[in-house]
Amino acid sequence: MSDVHGSSKFLVGIFDDDDVVLKAVKEVRNSGVRIQEVYSPFPIHGLDIALGHPRSRLGIAAFLFGLSGTLTALALTFYTEGFDWPMIVGGKDSYSPVIYVPVIFELTVLFCALGMVGTFIVSNGMGPTVKPLMYDLRTTDNKFAMAIDLSKNNIGESDIEQILKKSGAAEVNVKQF
Amino acid sequence: MSHVTAAVRTPLVTGGKTYADVTEDISKQVEGNPTREWTIAFTIAVVVLIYGAACVFWTWWEGLGVWGLNKTVGWAWDITNFVWWVGIGHAGTLISAILLLFRQKWRTAVNRAAEAMTIFAVLCAASFIMMHAGRPWVAYWCLPLPNTLGSLWVNFKSPLVWDVFAISTYFTVSLVFWYMGLIPDLATIRDRAKSKVSRYIYGAFSLGWNGSAKTWARYEYMSLILAGLSTPLVLSVHTIVSMDFATSVIPGWHTTIFPPYFVAGAIFSGFAMVQNLVLIIRVVFKLEDYITLEHIESMNKVITLTGSIVGVAYLTEFFIAWYSGVEFEGYAFINRATGPYWWAYWAMMTCNVITPQLFWSRAIRRSIVWTFVLSVIVNIGMWFERFVIIVTSLHRDYLPSSWAMFHPTLFDISDYIFSFGFFFTLFLLFSKFLPVVNMAEVKTIIKSSSEILPASVSGVAKGERVTNPTFNKDVE
Repeated sequence: MSDVHGSSKFLVGIFDDDDVVLKAVKEVRNSGVRIQEVYSPFPIHGLDIALGHPRSRLGIAAFLFGLSGTLTALALTFYTEGFDWPMIVGGKDSYSPVIYVPVIFELTVLFCALGMVGTFIVSNGMGPTVKPLMYDLRTTDNKFAMAIDLSKNNIGESDIEQILKKSGAAEVNVKQF
Repeated sequence: MSHVTAAVRTPLVTGGKTYADVTEDISKQVEGNPTREWTIAFTIAVVVLIYGAACVFWTWWEGLGVWGLNKTVGWAWDITNFVWWVGIGHAGTLISAILLLFRQKWRTAVNRAAEAMTIFAVLCAASFIMMHAGRPWVAYWCLPLPNTLGSLWVNFKSPLVWDVFAISTYFTVSLVFWYMGLIPDLATIRDRAKSKVSRYIYGAFSLGWNGSAKTWARYEYMSLILAGLSTPLVLSVHTIVSMDFATSVIPGWHTTIFPPYFVAGAIFSGFAMVQNLVLIIRVVFKLEDYITLEHIESMNKVITLTGSIVGVAYLTEFFIAWYSGVEFEGYAFINRATGPYWWAYWAMMTCNVITPQLFWSRAIRRSIVWTFVLSVIVNIGMWFERFVIIVTSLHRDYLPSSWAMFHPTLFDISDYIFSFGFFFTLFLLFSKFLPVVNMAEVKTIIKSSSEILPASVSGVAKGERVTNPTFNKDVE
């Protein structure tokens, strides 16, 4: 996993509810504790903002891949029908971009979708052989986990545990990776 | 608390489900042994598939002469089946993309099965394209590839080439959308897996998903863009399919209403097929708490709307044929209704225009039996619609000397049966090995759309549940 390097000791707060964990993120951060990451079985709106994650730039990647699809389609149709093998069908010009709108549209969508999904997989460090670092297996079922890297915090372990419990953690576990 | 439930909304998840219940209820059919019903259905589907595949092989071995085509009617069941299957596929993308953009929460319980249906239906459609070309081993000629025949390229002005791009893009994007939607659920199954083999397989397919906040944020962003891309794609695919006909000069095909009319028809038949599939799934997998009457009613409303649009399109076609003053066009439509294929035309009108109007009745709209029967009728009607458009327009040429009839042969029928075997084999494999309901998405609506709120929301002690007073007057 890309966000953990080397051997570290983590405190993992387990929460039962998404609203509680969202509130807890704000409280824990306000206490001066640095949160490594929060894990949940479904998306929680506003969690990434509460954690201070920057806005995803996937949209930019999608646009650029879409643009490359448009240009590929224009180049393909221009080269084949306008240059390499001009054909006049039904009295239409051999090359007119209007006729190629369906092809241009489809390739734009195809490049955009595949490129963006590829970017998503690469940027998350995902892949078929990737073994995920799971702080708690229940986070893909019904629990929410807040992981805190002790080596990246100046506050003591017991203090962090107190803060986590006070903010609503049902249990606090120690994990070593 | 931050979640507010509107009093006018009826619950989409019943039975007081918690997040753990959702995982348990939906994962159990993946984790358990196949049920008896599944095994029987799968055996039938595979037998049909083997028989159909043998017939398709013979069609290719002998050539398209084994079909009932002739010089006048050059397209018949092949393209009818192709357009029908492509149309069926459209509901899946509509549910997953358009309804996502419209923030329709009821889509969450049915989107997975509908998307799977899309993928398999498009594969069936593609199989008819391969069949009707006669020589599947040279199917790559449809692609713009440099070749050994000289500087010869595909004709990009042809709607048939547009179709190649549209269908292949549609299939690829739908597959990617479906697969990306599956990843969080595959990770859930991976983390619950007891055997090493299933942990390895589901682990590989879940691509190392860990459900971190950063991944979820990117995931949601990606889903939204994919939905935004798929929405015009739905419209473009059937628009382009309709242009296969509309750009020709055959009376009855050469009409500008075809693109919107085909799109509406596609959604109409697609939703009917979704209804048939989810009605079976909810009973067989005991998912009545997730696929509720609200879902069924919502889909019936879409069927009523699109069915009415299709009805208006039929009447518009007739009106324009008369209003244009073109005698060939006028004849084509009179011939459809009163000619030798009158029975197909009136079957189409009855199944697509008249019977779906029964859904205006709330009792029928919320009846499981009525919904199932009417959905089957819609699918039959939509097959007839494509048959009527294709065969009745072709069988009367501009030259009366070339007028001919089309009669299906055993291979026309068997190749169509093949597609059912293919579709249901794939769908049954999907329903056994993958979660048929999107667990992660259903969990997101538990609080706002469930009849019982989880304890932590209502602030009571852990483990207790409190009935949402909006839906249970007794509590008040």
